[in-house]
Amino acid sequence: MTDPSDGTSTSELVLSLRGISKNFGAVSALTDIDLDVHAGEVVALVGDNGAGKSTLVKVLAGVHQPSSGTIAFRGKEVTLPDPSAALKLGIATVFQDLALCENLDVVANIFLGKELNPLRLDEVSMEIKAWTLLNELSARIPSVREPVASLSGGQRQTVAIARSLLLDPKLILLDEPTAALGVAQTAEVLDLIERVRDRGLGVVMISHNMEDVRAVADRIVVLRLGRNNGIFYPDASNQDLVSAITGASNNSVSRRAGRRQAQREQGQETQP
Amino acid sequence: MTNDIENRTPAAPLLDRSDERVKHQAGFGGAVSSFLDRVRSGDLGSLPVIVGLVIIWTVFQSLNPIFLSSNNLVNLLFDCSTVGVIALGIVCILMVGEIDLSVGSVSGFASAMVGVLWVNQGWPVLLAILAALTVGAAIGSLYAMLFNRFGMPSFVSTLAGLLAILGLQLYILGSTGSINLPYGSPVVNFGQTLVMPHTIAYALAAIAGIVTFITGFRTAARRKEAGLSSQSLGSLLLRAVVITVVLELIVFYLNQDRGIPWMFGLFVGLVVAMNYLLTRTKWGRSMNAVGGNREAARRAGINVRLTYTSAFVMCSVLAAAGGILAASRLASASQQAGTGDVNLNAIAAAVIGGTSLFGGRGSAYSALLGIIVIQSIASGLTLLDLSSSLRYMITGAVLAIAVIVDSLARRSRVSHGRA
Repeated sequence: MTDPSDGTSTSELVLSLRGISKNFGAVSALTDIDLDVHAGEVVALVGDNGAGKSTLVKVLAGVHQPSSGTIAFRGKEVTLPDPSAALKLGIATVFQDLALCENLDVVANIFLGKELNPLRLDEVSMEIKAWTLLNELSARIPSVREPVASLSGGQRQTVAIARSLLLDPKLILLDEPTAALGVAQTAEVLDLIERVRDRGLGVVMISHNMEDVRAVADRIVVLRLGRNNGIFYPDASNQDLVSAITGASNNSVSRRAGRRQAQREQGQETQP
Repeated sequence: MTNDIENRTPAAPLLDRSDERVKHQAGFGGAVSSFLDRVRSGDLGSLPVIVGLVIIWTVFQSLNPIFLSSNNLVNLLFDCSTVGVIALGIVCILMVGEIDLSVGSVSGFASAMVGVLWVNQGWPVLLAILAALTVGAAIGSLYAMLFNRFGMPSFVSTLAGLLAILGLQLYILGSTGSINLPYGSPVVNFGQTLVMPHTIAYALAAIAGIVTFITGFRTAARRKEAGLSSQSLGSLLLRAVVITVVLELIVFYLNQDRGIPWMFGLFVGLVVAMNYLLTRTKWGRSMNAVGGNREAARRAGINVRLTYTSAFVMCSVLAAAGGILAASRLASASQQAGTGDVNLNAIAAAVIGGTSLFGGRGSAYSALLGIIVIQSIASGLTLLDLSSSLRYMITGAVLAIAVIVDSLARRSRVSHGRA
C-alpha cells in the first residue's frame, strides 16, 4: 500500500494516525488505519457505505475510542476520551447527523458548551459573534433568535460549520458537509473549505460526491471495508478512484459506464 | 461574496435585520401581532394556564363569594408555597427529560428529620434544617449515580426511592408517629403567621418593575450600540409600568387582609433565582441542551453526567426544602407528611404551568403558576365543603387536560417549525 506520509506538503504534520482499529463486538469497523494530515491541506476520505469513514471521524472527535493504535496531534501522542478533549486540543467536528439542539436558538447552538460569561450569559456579544461567523460564510439565516427546528437542512449545516469555526481549531473534520446543500450553498461550503485551508488549518472531509472531492481535496484517501485502500491525487482518473473504492476494476460502476458507452456508440452507428 | 455584504450593508443597517425575506415586527402593534403568531403556531407559553386560572376562579367565585376574598387568597398563598418549592425542583428534573417520583417521600423525610433532630435531639434548628437539606442532596446524588453509572431509568430509581425513603421516614419517627413543633418558635411562625409589613410588600413590587426596566434598558442600549435591533424605549416603559401596576394591585388587595406571607416571598424569590439560573447562565443552557438533544450536548463538550447530577440534586434539595416548609406550616412532622397527593401535585403543577414532560422546554415560572392553579382547586373545593374524593378527580382531570394541551401544542410547533 502507498506510504501514508508521502504528502507533498512539507508543512507541519497536524494529525498522524498509526494502526487505528475499532471493533464493535465481532465487527471490525476499522483495521490498521494510517492517516496523516498536514497544516494547510484538505484530505478527502472516500469509501463506500460501511467503509468506516464516519467511524474514523468519530474516533478523531472523541465520540468513539479506538480499540488499538495511536493518535498523534501536532507531534504529541494524545488520547481522546471524550468530545470535549478533542475540542480542547483544537479538533472541531461537523457531524453528519448535525448534532444541533432543536429547542435552542442559533446563537445558543453556536456557543453551546462555550458560552461567554458563564454566570451572566453575554447574549449581545454572542449574537454579534454569531452574525460575524454566519456572514463570513455568507449564510442566509433569517433570524438567530429562532429555534434551530425552524431552519432548513442547508441552514442547519451552515450553523453547524459556523459552530466548528468558533474556537479557532487546528483541524476541522467535516462529515458529508455538502450532502444536504443546494448548488450555490455547496459552492459556498467548498469556498469556505478552501478559505479554512488557506488559513493554515488541516481539513478532513468525508464525501460521496467525487466532483466536490476533486474540487477541493489535496489528497484523497480511500477506505474500503475498514482498511486503507490507496491514496490518490485529484488528477487521478475516475476509474482508478472507483476501483479503489469498490475494490475491483470489474465493478457495478464500471460495468454501467461500459454499457452506456456501448449504447452511445451503437446509437451513433445507427444514425445516418 | 464580499461585494454582496458591501451591497447589503447600507440598505440594512441592523446586523440581524438584513434578511429581507423575514417579516420583522416593530413597535407595540408588532409585539401584539408576533405574540398572536406565536400562539397560533403552538408556542403557547403560559397562556393556557392563565386562561385555566381565570376559568377556575370564575367558577369558584360564582359558587362561593368567599373564594376570592383577601383572606382566602392569603391562605392560598401560605398553602401553595410548600408544594410550590417542590414543584420548582420538578421543573429542574423535567428540563433534562427525567422525572423524580420520590419528591413527596423526600419532603416527608426532611420534615421528620427536622422534627427528630430539633425537637427530640435538641439540635439548633438551623443545623437541623441544614442536615435535612444535606440528606436531600445526598439522595439526589444517589439517583444521579444510579442513572449515570448503571443507566437505571429515573422512573424506576425514584419509584424505588419513594418506598425506601418513606420507610426511613417511618423508622426515624418511631412508634409515636408524630412530633409537634413548638408553637411560637420562629419556624412555626414563619409557616403560619409571618407576613411582610405592607410597605415592604409595596416596595418589593415596585422594585420588580424598576429592575425589569433597567435590565431591559441596558440590554437595548448595548444592542443598539452593537448594531442589532433593540426594543424601543416606549415598549420597555410600557412593560415595566404594566408589571408594576399589576403587582401593586395584587399587593394592595392582599394587604386588605394580613398581607403577603414571608413564606410565599421565599417561594417567589426561589422562582426568580431559578429563572435566572435556567435562562441566563451556562448551567441553564446546558440543562436545556441536555433535555433537547443529549447526544448533541455531549458532542458540544458539555459534561452531560454533571448536568444530570445537578438536576437530580437540585430536585431533591428543593423537595427537602418544601418538606421543611410543610412542617413549619403544619407545626408538626408526622407519618402522613409527604404522602398522599404531594408527589403528584408537585409534578402536576410543573406540567400544568407549561413545563414539557418531554424535556428541554420549561420555565421556573411554571411552578408558580401551576401550583396556584392546583391550590385554587383544592381551596375552592374545601370552601364548598366537598370531599377529597372530588378534589382528586378534578385535579386529575386538570392534569390530563394540561398534558393534552402540551402534546397538541408540541405537534403544532413541529408542523410550524418551532419544536
